[in-house]
Amino acid sequence: MTQSDARSKVRAFLEKFIRDQDFEDGDNVFALGLVNSLMAMQLVLFLEKEFGVKFTNQDLNLKNFRSVDAMVELLGARGIFAAA
Amino acid sequence: MSQKKIKCVVWDLDHTVWSGILLEGDTLVLRPGVRELIEAFDERGILQSVASRNESAPAREQLKKFGLEQYFLHPQINWDPKSESVKRIAERLNIGLDTFAFIDDQAFERDEVRFSVPAVRTYDATDVERLQADLDFMPRVITEDARCRRAMYQADMVRHEEETSFKGPNDAFLATLDMTFSFGPATAADLLRVEELVARTNQLNTTGRIYSYEELAALRESPDHVLLVADLTDKHGPYGKIGVVLLQRTEGAWTIKLLLMSCRVMSRGVGGALITLLRREAKAGGVRLLADFRATDRNRMMYITYKFAGFSDLSEIDGTSLLEADLNEIPELPAYLVVNSTWQGGSGG
Repeated sequence: MTQSDARSKVRAFLEKFIRDQDFEDGDNVFALGLVNSLMAMQLVLFLEKEFGVKFTNQDLNLKNFRSVDAMVELLGARGIFAAA
Repeated sequence: MSQKKIKCVVWDLDHTVWSGILLEGDTLVLRPGVRELIEAFDERGILQSVASRNESAPAREQLKKFGLEQYFLHPQINWDPKSESVKRIAERLNIGLDTFAFIDDQAFERDEVRFSVPAVRTYDATDVERLQADLDFMPRVITEDARCRRAMYQADMVRHEEETSFKGPNDAFLATLDMTFSFGPATAADLLRVEELVARTNQLNTTGRIYSYEELAALRESPDHVLLVADLTDKHGPYGKIGVVLLQRTEGAWTIKLLLMSCRVMSRGVGGALITLLRREAKAGGVRLLADFRATDRNRMMYITYKFAGFSDLSEIDGTSLLEADLNEIPELPAYLVVNSTWQGGSGG
């Protein structure tokens, strides 16, 4: 798994929710219509399943999930990318 | 024997709802007591459906002739095994099979259902006359919301169709619903429904604590507590009372002892709005806003809801976490929602 694979997987998942709108990797996805608890939960579960991590209570903060960049950074901090 | 109360009854048609066989061209008459029983279940808030091996169009036509069609949600009129039909109904209604009853005159069909889905309770057509008085079919309380339950599920079906066919971001879809969210202190008349919501809500429940009617009545009167209820309507009609908040007020802080939302509004974005309202009122009142969270095997979504709404963990004692809300950056209430709050917790007197 490389960082850019992860980035495109996260983007593909978000695109299902943020239909029809363009968004940048730094954009706040919650301001783009990812609006309810169900989506937040689905996002967390998707990341855990897809990347085989289990987020701790400390990980579960809005700032770690607010953009594609933030999520990729969180995944990096949890050590899921192979050392280059 | 303490069994769960029945929430959904699934009816066979030929020789069960009516006598005679539709596809053989028999003259069909309703079996005695059937109409009365269907109407009684409906008034009690028990949902009903059909599992019949028949041609769909003529069977629906016949139900319409009897004036019964509107009582049945997601009727399954097809040639599949009836266990499949029952499972499909449970999935669509999102309620557990252990709250299902299946009524069919044929022992073979009852056995097939019991074999594949043992949680379902099965009854012969000849049981119809005694089921009126069977306690499993008697909700402990019948609330106003229960009486409207079928209509609410029917409105949900329309909403679901619109939602799945809508192209565009989710908040744009929500804006098309014209939702009004009302929030205020519970009245004495609300308590039965609050008790029902507390007992029925597992997923969107921050502590899973159960409160009896008497406890809720006492908390409503307690000077140290505020018991709040939320309801929601949209262009398709009311959702009824869908949220409960119990606040404990101490010097300088409010603690959310319980926050729950009905699963029916899970994708409506109203839980976040409710938390925003609480944060605003706490800020206006100059108090800290704390919240209890007790993890169960099903409520992680509520933990994430708190965390994504600006709460952070303070401490944990005996499995109950205490969280505190950041009151500096409180978002606006969402534009897709009209909010009517009759509660002036902090901004009032």
